[in-house]
Amino acid sequence: MKIGISTKGNTADALIEERFGRSPFFLIIDSETSEVKAVTNPHSNDTGGVGPKAAQLLLNEGVNVVLTGQVGGNAFNALKASGLEVYACNSGTTATQAVAEYKNGALKQLV
Amino acid sequence: MQNTKTAHSNNWSEENVTRIVVASGKGGTGKTLVAANMAWAVSEQQTITLVDCDVEEPNVHLFFPSEGTQVPVCQTIPQIDAEKCTNCGACGEFCQYGALLITPEKVIVNPSLCHACGGCRLVCPEDAITEVPREIGTVTTSKPSDSLTLITGRLKEGEVAAPPVISATKDAASTNGDVIIDGPPGTSCPVIETMEDTDVCIMVTEPTPFGLHDLKLAVGVAKQFKIPSLVVINRSDGSDTDILSFCNEEEIPIVLKIPFSREWAKIQGTGHLIAAQDPTWRDAFLNLFTQAKERAEVKLC
Repeated sequence: MKIGISTKGNTADALIEERFGRSPFFLIIDSETSEVKAVTNPHSNDTGGVGPKAAQLLLNEGVNVVLTGQVGGNAFNALKASGLEVYACNSGTTATQAVAEYKNGALKQLV
Repeated sequence: MQNTKTAHSNNWSEENVTRIVVASGKGGTGKTLVAANMAWAVSEQQTITLVDCDVEEPNVHLFFPSEGTQVPVCQTIPQIDAEKCTNCGACGEFCQYGALLITPEKVIVNPSLCHACGGCRLVCPEDAITEVPREIGTVTTSKPSDSLTLITGRLKEGEVAAPPVISATKDAASTNGDVIIDGPPGTSCPVIETMEDTDVCIMVTEPTPFGLHDLKLAVGVAKQFKIPSLVVINRSDGSDTDILSFCNEEEIPIVLKIPFSREWAKIQGTGHLIAAQDPTWRDAFLNLFTQAKERAEVKLC
């Protein structure tokens, strides 16, 4: 399955980005093959609707699970409607660490 | 039902009619105090329409309690016909506001993000989108007296799109005579919508750093529209030095100064009009109106 993570950089050792809609990057990690795809978020500086737009971006990438810090109201509604499962990562962890924590069931589910 | 239009469409083409907008920049300076008192004073002499465009918190009606007729203001949102929809995603890609979410199963609309631009309907290759109305506010018309008509716009609680309600409120104002508009505070979308197509702006300010700071912003907006301004200083401290300097530099006349007085606060705070109680102030507000009409003739370049 594919995991989408909001990150501050475009590599697997980048720190996770707490803000969902305005995250500069999203990493799409295949949980079976460990393949990593980095996507620059084109909407991070839009005036509005960034939460739903980020949710759409991840949906388009075929993501099933989302790891992020926090989500705003519009993002929450869009993610809920999309059927994606969303978990909260700990600040200061890298994308790789966040995936490991997710697999261990250590992360709290947000949506 | 009064539907909103996406393009600005006030039917204010009447000549020899002056449309005065009362603005400020900073909130709480006394726009409603000025608009209400001036309208009352003018209504003793001629017919006048008073329009409350502060649709997020209208308060002019508190000074003119009267029975009114109310009409809803609607915005349209897209409705997707699931039978026709092929999930191509064209609508979602077009939407600048993130109001359309394309899931593998269906398209989901978030009404509160929709700006009613109509674009999704136009780009849908399957003609699967129709527009349905959604009430976002009301416009109430009342006649506190034979010569005074009050139009009150009100944005429904929880809604964010003030401009369409402001536009509908202005549309409801008669074109048969002069109009005084009580504007919203600030200098963003609601104020832009209110100021558009008006002839002169009365800026109500106060002699404080915040008052001056925001007055400068508001004057900037009026200049963009090439609308001439005049200034009323409320809660004057007697010298108002900084406001005077600014107005001097900008060549904006200061037409009225209202003192920082407990008496004023008492009358205003209990929903009464000082112009109705004191002929000196009635005349002062009449003079403000006359000066505003003259100032409206000034062409700014």
